[in-house]
Order: sequence, then C-alpha cells, then structure tokens
Amino acid sequence: MLHKNSTLSYCLQSTKIHCLLLVFAHTVREFFFYRKEYKLFYQKILLICLFIPFLNESMSFLGDEQFEGGNKEKRHREKRRDGSKDRRKRANAKRRERSRADRENEEFEERLGKREKGRRGRVKNDQEAKKRDEQDSEDKENSEDKEVKPESLSPDELEKLKEAVDEKKKLIQSLRGKPWPMKKKLVTLQETLRIQSHDDQDFENFKTACIPWEMKIKEIESHFGSSVASYFIFLRWMYGINMILFGLTFGLVMVPEALMGRPYGSIPRKTVPRAEEASAMDFAVLWDFGGYAQYSVLFYGFYSNQRAIGWLKFRMPLSYFLVGVGTVAYSYMVVIRTMARNANESGVGDDNSFNFSWKMFTSWDYLIGNPETADNKFASITTCFKEAILEEQESRKDDNIHLTRFLRVLANFLVLCCLAGSGYLIYFVVRRSQKFALDGFENHTWWERNEVNMVMSLLGMFCPMLFDVISTLENYHPRVALQWQLGRIFALFLGNLYTFIIALMDEINVKREEENIVKFNITMWEASLYNGTVSENFTASPITIHPADVPRGPCWETMVGQEFVRLIISDTMTTYITLLIGDFLRAVLVRFLNHCWCWDLEAGFPSYSEFDVSGNVLGLIFNQGMIWMGAFYAPCLPALNVLRLHVSMYLQCWAVMCCNVPQERVFKASGSNNFYMAMLLVILFLSTLPNIYTIVTIPPSFDCGPFSGKNRMFDVIHETLESDFPAWFSKVFSYASNPGLVLPFILLMVLAIYYLQSTSKSYKEANVELKKKLQMVIQIMKIILLLPTTVNNWRNNNASFQGQEGEILLPKSRQLENESYSCLIIQTYCLRRKERVTFFSKKTYDNEVKKKSFPVVFSF
Amino acid sequence: LRLFYRYRDLAPQLVPLDYTKEPDVKLPYELIGSMPELKDNPFRQRIAEVFSEDGEGNMSLDDFLDMFSVLSEMAPRDLKAYYAFKIYDFNNDDFLCKSDLEKTLSKLTRGELSEDEVKMVCEKVMDEADMDNDGRLSLEDFQHMIVRAPDFLSTFHIRI
Repeated sequence: MLHKNSTLSYCLQSTKIHCLLLVFAHTVREFFFYRKEYKLFYQKILLICLFIPFLNESMSFLGDEQFEGGNKEKRHREKRRDGSKDRRKRANAKRRERSRADRENEEFEERLGKREKGRRGRVKNDQEAKKRDEQDSEDKENSEDKEVKPESLSPDELEKLKEAVDEKKKLIQSLRGKPWPMKKKLVTLQETLRIQSHDDQDFENFKTACIPWEMKIKEIESHFGSSVASYFIFLRWMYGINMILFGLTFGLVMVPEALMGRPYGSIPRKTVPRAEEASAMDFAVLWDFGGYAQYSVLFYGFYSNQRAIGWLKFRMPLSYFLVGVGTVAYSYMVVIRTMARNANESGVGDDNSFNFSWKMFTSWDYLIGNPETADNKFASITTCFKEAILEEQESRKDDNIHLTRFLRVLANFLVLCCLAGSGYLIYFVVRRSQKFALDGFENHTWWERNEVNMVMSLLGMFCPMLFDVISTLENYHPRVALQWQLGRIFALFLGNLYTFIIALMDEINVKREEENIVKFNITMWEASLYNGTVSENFTASPITIHPADVPRGPCWETMVGQEFVRLIISDTMTTYITLLIGDFLRAVLVRFLNHCWCWDLEAGFPSYSEFDVSGNVLGLIFNQGMIWMGAFYAPCLPALNVLRLHVSMYLQCWAVMCCNVPQERVFKASGSNNFYMAMLLVILFLSTLPNIYTIVTIPPSFDCGPFSGKNRMFDVIHETLESDFPAWFSKVFSYASNPGLVLPFILLMVLAIYYLQSTSKSYKEANVELKKKLQMVIQIMKIILLLPTTVNNWRNNNASFQGQEGEILLPKSRQLENESYSCLIIQTYCLRRKERVTFFSKKTYDNEVKKKSFPVVFSF
Repeated sequence: LRLFYRYRDLAPQLVPLDYTKEPDVKLPYELIGSMPELKDNPFRQRIAEVFSEDGEGNMSLDDFLDMFSVLSEMAPRDLKAYYAFKIYDFNNDDFLCKSDLEKTLSKLTRGELSEDEVKMVCEKVMDEADMDNDGRLSLEDFQHMIVRAPDFLSTFHIRI
C-alpha cells in the first residue's frame, strides 16, 4: 500500500512539475516579449505560490543522492549538498519505517526523479533557493536565483515568518539561560553570513577542484609524506610547462605548415623516396620513425624553405627559428621565476613555538563527513607527527663532530673515485666503439656492437645502489642525504649525456660528408637528364620528374630529431616496464608467495619496494633535458612529452598507492623544491649548449628543412630584418650590434647584477635582525602577561612553601639578547605591582636554586 | 530552525514538533553519534559528553543547539577554546594531564604511533604549552597556546 502511495505521489508531483514548467516557460516568454513591470511582478508571485506548496513533498523523493567529489560544478554541488541534507534526513527517517522492498522501489523512483531533475535543472535550483530562503526567512538576494528575486516578495509575509522564527529562537535561548546577550543577534546574523561565506567557500572549493590531480596528490601526501608528494607536484609542474611548449610548437610551427604549406608529395623533400616507398607503411618502420612518419610535420626535414607560405604570408622559417629560441627562453624564465618564488616563500618565518601542541589539538578537521577523507586525514596526521618527530630527533642528535666529519670526507672520497672510474670507463668504451664504427659494425660481436649501451645501463643500475650504501656512512638528515644522492647520480648521468652527444656529433659529421658527395652526384644526374633534350636552353620548363625519384641528400637534422625521439620512447618504455616488473610484479609475488615461503617475505628480503624519489626525479629532469635539446629538430617532441607525462602521472599514482610502502623515516620536503629547480636549470643550460653550437657552426642541409640554402641557420633573422622591416630599422640594428656597443652593455648588466645581489644580502641580514628583536619582545610580553596568573597558580599550589612572600625567581636566560634592557622592563613592571624580582644567573640557578627545589615560576 | 529539523530527524518518534510545552526529551548518544557530520570524528563521544547535561552523551534539544552553535563559524574564539579544552579533557578534572594527551593522540592517529613516539610527543607538548610548570595544562595554558594557532578556527568548525 505504501508503494502505491509513493507512486501516486510521484505521479502527482510529476504532473505538478510539468504544470510548473509550462507556467515557467510562459512567464519567460511573457517577460521577454512584453517586459512590463506589473506583469512581471504578477508572474513572479504566481511562480512562488506554485512553488511553495509542493516544495516540502518534492524534496523527499530526491532524498539520498550521493554526490561524489566529481567534476560537477562544486558550487552547485555544495549548495545542493547542504540543502539536500535536510531532505536526506527526512528521507532516511521515512525509510526507516519502510521495508526493504519498498526501499528498492523508492530508489527506483529516485532514479526517475534524478532524470527528472536533470531535465528540470534550472527550475530545481530556483526551488531549492526559494526553499532555503523560506526556511532562513531572509530577504537577502540569493545570487544563484537570477530569475526570481525574493525582495519582490511581499515584505509583510517575510516579516511575519521572520518574527515567528525569532520567537522560537528566543525561546530556545532563554531555556538555556546562558548570559550571552550578543547571541541572539549572532544567531540571526548567522544565516545571512553563512550564505555569503558559503559562496566564498564554494568558490575556493571550486578553484581547488580545478587544479588537475589535486585530490590524487593530497591522497598520496597523506599516506606517503611530503617528499613523495613533492615528486608528483614537480611532475605536475613539468606537465604545465610542456603544455605551453606544446602549444607553441604545435600552433606556430606544425599547424601552419600542415595547413598552409605545400602538401605531401609536392616537392622532393616532402615525399618518401622511391627506394623506401615499398616499406614506408610498415609498422616496424613507422615505430622507428622512418617511412611516412619521417616525411611529415613531425620532423625538421618536411618543412620547406619558402619565405612566406599561404595567404597569411606566414614567415615559416622565421617562425621555426623563433619558436626554437622562444621555447628555450620561456623555459629559462619559468625556471628562474619559480626558483625566486620558492626562495621568497622559504624566507617567511614561521612561528615554531607551539608546533607539537598545534599538531595535536588543531589538526583534526571537524568538517570531514566522508569516511575516505577521514581515512586520509588519519594517515596524514600520522605522517605529520612522524615527520615532526623525525625533525625533533635529528635536532637532538649531537654526535661526535670529528668522527662525523671524517666519515663524510671518506664517503665523498669514495664517491669521487667511483665517478672518476665510471667516467674513464665511459670514455674508453666510446673510443672503442668509434674505432669499431670505422671498421664497420659487421665484423664485431653483438657485445662489441652494443657495448656503449650495455655499459651505460649497467652503470646506471649499480652505481646508485653503491652511492646509497656509501651514504649510510655520512649520517645526514634524510632530506640532505636525498640531495647528496641526487647530486651524485646526476654527475653519473652526465657521463651518459656525454656519450650520447659524442655519438650524435659523429653521425652528423658522417652525414655532412655524405651530403657533399650527394651534391656532386645530383649535378651529374641533372646534367644527364638534360642531355637528352635541348642543352642550351636551360630556362625551358624543367622536365617533370616525380618528386619521389629525385635523389636526396641525407638530412642530418631529421636524423638528429629521429634519434631524440627514439631515445625518449625507449626511455619511457624502460621506465614503465621497470615500474611494472620492479614494483608491481614484486608486490604481487611477495603478497601471494608469502603463504608458501620459508621466511616472511613481507618483512624480510624482497618486501614491498619504497618509492624511489631520487631516481624518478632524475629521470624526469633528464627527460626534460632531452626534450629541450631535441625540440628544435623534431617539433613533435613536446607533444610526445605531454602524452608521456599524462600517462606517467596516472600510472605512477596508481603504482605508488598499490605497490609501494611508505618509507621508514618520513621527512618533510620543504627545501627540495628549489633543489629540483636548480638541477633543472643546470640541465637546461647544458642542453642549450649543443643546440647553440650546431646553429652557429654547422651549415644546414641543402635540400631539407626551413633553412636549406642558407649559409647558417640564423641567417633567416638577418634576411627578415633586411627585407621585411623598414630600412631605418635594419640600420639601427646594425649599429646596435656593433661590438663597441654590446660589450659595455654586458659590463653594465654584470655590474647591475652585482649591486642587486649585495642589496638583497643586506636585506636578508636586516630581516634576521628584526626577527630576533621580535622574538625578544615576544618573550618579554609573555613574561609580563603571564606573570600574575603564574604567580597565583604557584601560590595556590604551594601554600606550604616557606619562601619569602612576594619573591619571584627568574633565571636569566641566554636567549635574551639585550638582557639588561629586558630585565629592567620586568623589574619595573613587578615593582609597580609590588612584587619583588630576583634574578639568578643560570649557574646559581642550577647549583643552588634547583637544589633547594624552589618551584620555577617562569622559564623561557 | 534547520537545526531543529535535524534534531527531529534523528528520532522523529521521540521528538514532537511542538516545543512550546517544553517537553523533556533526550536523544541517546548512539543517534547523535551516527549523524553524518559526527560519524567520522574521533572525538564524537567526548563532544557529546561535554555538551550533554548528564555527561553521558544523551542530548536534549538545547544541548544539541549549544553544541552546534559552539562548533559553528560564528562562535567566538575564546568560547571555542573553552569547549575544546573540555573535549580534550578525558577525565574531567579541568586539567589536561599526560594521560589525556596520550588518549587524544591515540584517537588522532588510531594507534599508528609507537609507544616511544607517543611519549615523546606528549613530552614535547607539555614542554611547549605548560607555562606554570605543574606537569599538566590548565585552561589558561591551553587558551594561551590555542589562540595563537593559525588554523584553530577553521578546523574546529562543523557546518550544518
């Protein structure tokens, strides 16, 4: 019977809703067509009168919708959740009285109701707003409710409701009997201010929800601590940078060429050569970035050197060059700006005086209403405490300075030996492989052919572990140890970089020599072509030859681009596979083999892996270095990297939560951010060097790329200045680039840097001084304010103390800088209150006062 | 008014709509503790005990309103500090002694910290906050410490 009732009521309500919709539509139409004041007013009243009666009923069957933290507009959700809580409560209460079967029916109706709700949308919003307004009986303008304004409601109605509510509230308050006269005003003001702060809060929540992956990172932070979370924050920041780089290259280089340049197959450089055509579509070739992938906008070689393309007269070569320079410049700017901002933030002093107490009493957020969030919060509180405990322990450690120093020097020496050894090994191996290359690769065994790669991989695997072992000698704070580890592995990987660049340079040289040969061959070939036809008239229309048949010079830039892309891809694959095998497989094995193994796998040997912050960070940084190096020759690299980072984020987040355990010693990663930035800056600098070298010294290929035909790549700038800008501009520029002008300018900049640095140093010192003074003042205030209460407490608790009346004992603290001054203040104050103050030096205090077991009244 | 509806929703059969006759109705602790706002709070039992008249957690409408008004955004800082002190005072002796601190900590971390760590944290808290050095925190100590906390107001707050 109840079931029938509910369906009936549902039908009733749906009809009511439909009527409402009609009226509403009618109102809107009238409004737009007639715009007459009285009509509007009348229609509003009509709407409201229709809304009010069935509001109460309709809320119930909306009941229990679960709004998960999703991508719905938070603001809307917040309002809904608060409003719907009431309804939910009511629905819950009603449900408790029904049987389970009825409940299922209810849910079915709810789902229908949800669909209704979706259709109703805006109207529902208005209804809720109206309902809340009714309940709160405020005549405040509800910002969500744009259609109907509550103030145009008859004021009398509102007043009456308000009075009724006020009376009730007064009744409630007076029952309690607490003397809070302001309370009544506060309660009535509560609702108005609550709505306003609601909006602010909602907007803040919305803004937070907009930051990508924020919830994921918060979850990781609560379980694993801030150092692991700092890696993910760094990853997210990198993703942002790569997005912008991608935007630049895609929008200004790839798209114009694709849309406005000559299509595929029109000129020789854009076509797959006849010889390769057969295999151009094979997956293996494509995966290796040959075939069709090579002759596309993805690589340097595709771009034609036309000065201006399309109807926009887009200067393609200029744009290519400037985008290349611009990506580097933008990256520099962003990295340096972030470093400066981090440095500023860390300079802000934090009041550490009540660290632990605050953690204990204010860390639980009473607003949490969700079990998952509660779990996260518990985990984060625990982690927070562990971090603070670690900091405390580290600061308490006082060990033998000399032993520590000796051990550290020893460790550094060992590491240096290691690095030198590996450096020499790499150099040796590269030399050998160069020799092998000259002999031709076929003569050597597989090992000798791949020697360089194998040596690099092996070094990369074992040296970090060695460094880890050595670092246990040093006994640093974990954060500092991490930085040292990062630095050392960085030095190791520089060797990697070195071999790669050497190999590339060799190949470039080989290609360039090939080019000369091909150039020669082409002239011969062209001559042979024209041999058959009239030889004198070279201005005659050239014989149409299919572009695929034209002999092509080797394009070293495309080759370089391809190498970079291949490197990035293989790097990515290696990372993912090691992640899956090293972490996931290991975790699965440990979990399932544990039942049937002799010793406890989880506690003992393999156990679950910890998240390797240093390895991952370095991988990320080196990857970015590769991108910066290769982006000039392969415009597709930033796009590839965006994809890679996106996948990485999700994969690593999942892997961390699923397969890793938190470290034993969880530490706060406050300073790490700037450290990562510093390394990034170094890599950025190192990766722009080879690029600058190639741009300035090596002439571009003669038949591929946007700079073909020029002597040097940067000639395009010169050309643009001469032809595109008015004459006076180029004159000015030529004067400005006079060495006599440039050198003094550089000198001036160096002097400016020096001056700014010295002023900033002096500001920092002044800052520290002021902080100290502030601390002193705070301490004095503490004494002065608490003196009466502490004295009273002391007297109350120690009635039997046989000391002299009114004597207060204060030990001189070594923290008080200007001791005489502060002692004077305290004495004056106490004299005013007719208390006597005696100052003891710490020694006297330790020896005599303590022995006599005087209770210490106050201590700093 | 909203609060009244919430109170009523917890047990509609017990709470009459009409309060003008001042009925003497108390809701047992289980119902209060099952409210979604309090469900996940590790201190819900203490909160209920502090605000209820009989100290057992059974709350009348007045207690209910009192509780939420203190925990709302508009309550003044000192009032909140006073009630926070009472909540964290597990043995109701008007002092936060070591055992109170230990209990608070264990509720906060759900027993994840080891014995030594718990002891260390409690010692540190005592060092930091105890101004009169009597080995336990009085209300003045607590208030002195908590009013300086930057996020006390925002965390000690329930929206309803």
